[in-house]
Amino acid sequence: MRAIKKYTLFILVLLSVVHFSYGSSEPAEPSTSSEKKEEKFNASEMIMHHIGDSHEWHFATIGETHLTLPLLVIIYNKDTKGLDVFCSSDFRNESGHSSLKEGTAGNYTIHHDKIHSKDENAHIYDLSITKNVASLLISFLLLLSIFLYISSRYKKNPLSAPKGIQSLFEVIIQYIIEEVAKPSLGEKKYKKYLPYLLTVFFFIWFNNMLGLMPGGANLTGNIAVTMMLAVTTFIITTLSANRHYWKHIFWTPGVPLPLRIIILPIEVIGIFTKPFALMIRLFANITAGHIIILSFIGLIFIFNSLGMAPLTMAFGLFMSFMELFVAILQAYIFTLLSAMYIGSAIEAHEHVEHDAHH
Amino acid sequence: MLQLLAEGLALLGAGVGAGIAALGAGVGVGRIGGSAVEAIARQPQEAGKIQTVMLIAAAFVEGVALFSVVVCLLIYAG
Repeated sequence: MRAIKKYTLFILVLLSVVHFSYGSSEPAEPSTSSEKKEEKFNASEMIMHHIGDSHEWHFATIGETHLTLPLLVIIYNKDTKGLDVFCSSDFRNESGHSSLKEGTAGNYTIHHDKIHSKDENAHIYDLSITKNVASLLISFLLLLSIFLYISSRYKKNPLSAPKGIQSLFEVIIQYIIEEVAKPSLGEKKYKKYLPYLLTVFFFIWFNNMLGLMPGGANLTGNIAVTMMLAVTTFIITTLSANRHYWKHIFWTPGVPLPLRIIILPIEVIGIFTKPFALMIRLFANITAGHIIILSFIGLIFIFNSLGMAPLTMAFGLFMSFMELFVAILQAYIFTLLSAMYIGSAIEAHEHVEHDAHH
Repeated sequence: MLQLLAEGLALLGAGVGAGIAALGAGVGVGRIGGSAVEAIARQPQEAGKIQTVMLIAAAFVEGVALFSVVVCLLIYAG
């Protein structure tokens, strides 16, 4: 234990360098038994494969063996109203190898990781445990274990000084309370919305970090996930809004009447663009960061020379540090903006002197 | 033949768009950083607060630039 404390910095630097195993985990074409074609390196395909969702979890490729974890496929067939559950390694292509690019399994075909039914008229809903869903479950368990441990420590000995993990998270939670929740939500009402803000912050931060690790899944770069986060903020804002919020949108006080008619559609659209911007900001930042790092590593393969390696690795290292910073910054921005939107919805009416009332 | 031309022009548009987005982000964040440094030079004791505000403003500007990156990615993938 003491050794870990002494070498923490070294281990952190080592981890940040080790995640260049991204380059080694590009998918090799399933080798057909007859000939081995020299496939030209397709950079965009490798990048899309790494940042997209998939029905299997591909960790690394050592030599010819793929270290993958085939995940569960759950399909709800609307016509027969039944669930089909099977393992994704059941998809086999013509030569009998398990493949998720072109394959068949029972009544379903898979083409470039998208499942279709053989019967054209069947409606199927793909509810499978894909890579992102599995990563979501893992990060959920991680968050739950850490925070339940911390809260139990606070409950059991509330008067003693915090130690270890507790002290790390206490600093961060205090910062969010003082700098994000209290200024935006007010001293009296911030406690009601604090659980949501803390959850959103740590959820986004942990998932960003997990996505940067080797073999990690790009969860916050999935626009469905960020859309759900933004929709949750939107729901909380709308449900807890008081009269003054709606009054300010639909009938802005203090401005002359013609201007109010013009402001009205702008404000109505503004209700929807604010969560939309939250969604796109998080998605684009994280995905763009992944694409940049993968492109740098892919440069080595495009030029097919090892001499490029030191330069690209230096750029890649710099971009990786930037990505670590962006991970926590984007979580902070999302939380701050959510707090500001909720705060503007629940704030009490400060009586500003309106000239129109006189 | 015309299909190839249309595809080529679309990809060209996507590339140019992403470049202009980078330009916009560079100008925006550069100005924010410049005024932040100037403000710190005026009042060194407020450096912490100014740094925080600068980072938040930079994240907003980058968000706007990334909107257009998303559009370019959509063009490329479509």
